[in-house]
Amino acid sequence: MARYDSLIGSVGHTPLVGLPRLSPSAEVRLWAKLEDRNPTGSVKDRPALFMVEQAERSGLLRPGCTVLEPTSGNTGISLAMVCRLRGYRLVCVMPENTSVERRQLLEMYGAEIVYSPAAGGSNEAVRVAKRMADEHPDWVMLYQYGNPANALAHYESTGPEILEDLPTITHFVAGLGTTGTLMGTGRYLREHVPGITVVAAEPRYGELVYGLRNIDEGFVPELYDPTLIDSRFSVGPEDALRRTRQLIEEEGIFAGPSTGAILHAALGFAAKAVQAGERADIAFIVCDGGWKYLSTGAYAGTLAEAAEKIDGQLWA
Amino acid sequence: MLASTATRGLAVAIEVRIPTILRPHTGGEKSVEGKGETLADLLDDLESRHGGLKARLVTDGALARFVNVYVNDEDVRFMGGMQAPLKDGDSVTVLPAVAGG
Repeated sequence: MARYDSLIGSVGHTPLVGLPRLSPSAEVRLWAKLEDRNPTGSVKDRPALFMVEQAERSGLLRPGCTVLEPTSGNTGISLAMVCRLRGYRLVCVMPENTSVERRQLLEMYGAEIVYSPAAGGSNEAVRVAKRMADEHPDWVMLYQYGNPANALAHYESTGPEILEDLPTITHFVAGLGTTGTLMGTGRYLREHVPGITVVAAEPRYGELVYGLRNIDEGFVPELYDPTLIDSRFSVGPEDALRRTRQLIEEEGIFAGPSTGAILHAALGFAAKAVQAGERADIAFIVCDGGWKYLSTGAYAGTLAEAAEKIDGQLWA
Repeated sequence: MLASTATRGLAVAIEVRIPTILRPHTGGEKSVEGKGETLADLLDDLESRHGGLKARLVTDGALARFVNVYVNDEDVRFMGGMQAPLKDGDSVTVLPAVAGG
């Protein structure tokens, strides 16, 4: 059934597609969960919808409310769509070192943007949003970093969808930002697949993004539970972009740079399985398409040129 | 101590990348070299030349909450933490924890 009463009904139920060329063998296979097929083009449609609906059920969100959210882009765009359709005003706090496509999409959806300083990346956006929430006690901050509905969206939708499509799954690999995808999907898969390996891939940005004034300004999302993952990798821009290009060239999938980082980690585990002589079905998340990153230069020129261009940008 | 250096040694140093906010401890250097068979050893070795660095990275014997350390891009917390084994030629990256989303 692919008919829905409105756009919101079409969130989720994304395809899981095999990667016959990038998979090392018939026994060690890679599978891409195409979350770019969600209504606004990213995996964040799931948590955005769940967080809004949970807040409506609990009475926190009422008609005419203003929603406030710190975001590097995708969650903001997803919330902007949901808020537009549900009649809420949305204020996004977004770091200024994000692509122009994100700004334009948010503006088209009618969201208001407050920019936070580039240095410190999303940590600064969180800080600014928390301050604004204090100043506007009537606004509703859904707060994706600590809202259980973020992880629950993946526990109730992403996880079951993957297991239904790939009962033989051995590894799950996803990006680590709010940690919601890994916490929710990881918990569900751990409960249903004995011995599954859950892997986190996080983007390693340029120095500007880590330009905090103090190490104590580091930020770990409240949702994060390290016991739900088995290993965690930091993937730099060159590796991420190289894999992003490989994904287009070999499999025809046009994904954003963070997906390249995830694929990099997934391929590492595929190689380990081959070496150990073990079978593996490795599912990973395609977080979004490459469209919103075209202006950054991530897809033009040599790898080194592209990596240099996204240095200092939030590319995931 | 010379003997022990010699037996362990001729060690190819481990490269340690330092984030901007901790460079005051390394005289502004982006990357320094050290050695050690575990992360704890390495941090002790670094402390002998870059005083004050260890106290910024370690709290009560464990890595500080907002600090991430990666060995060849893998998070050491999943490799044994302070006891994570190191070998010659490893690349260690220290970064403050940042969010995404």
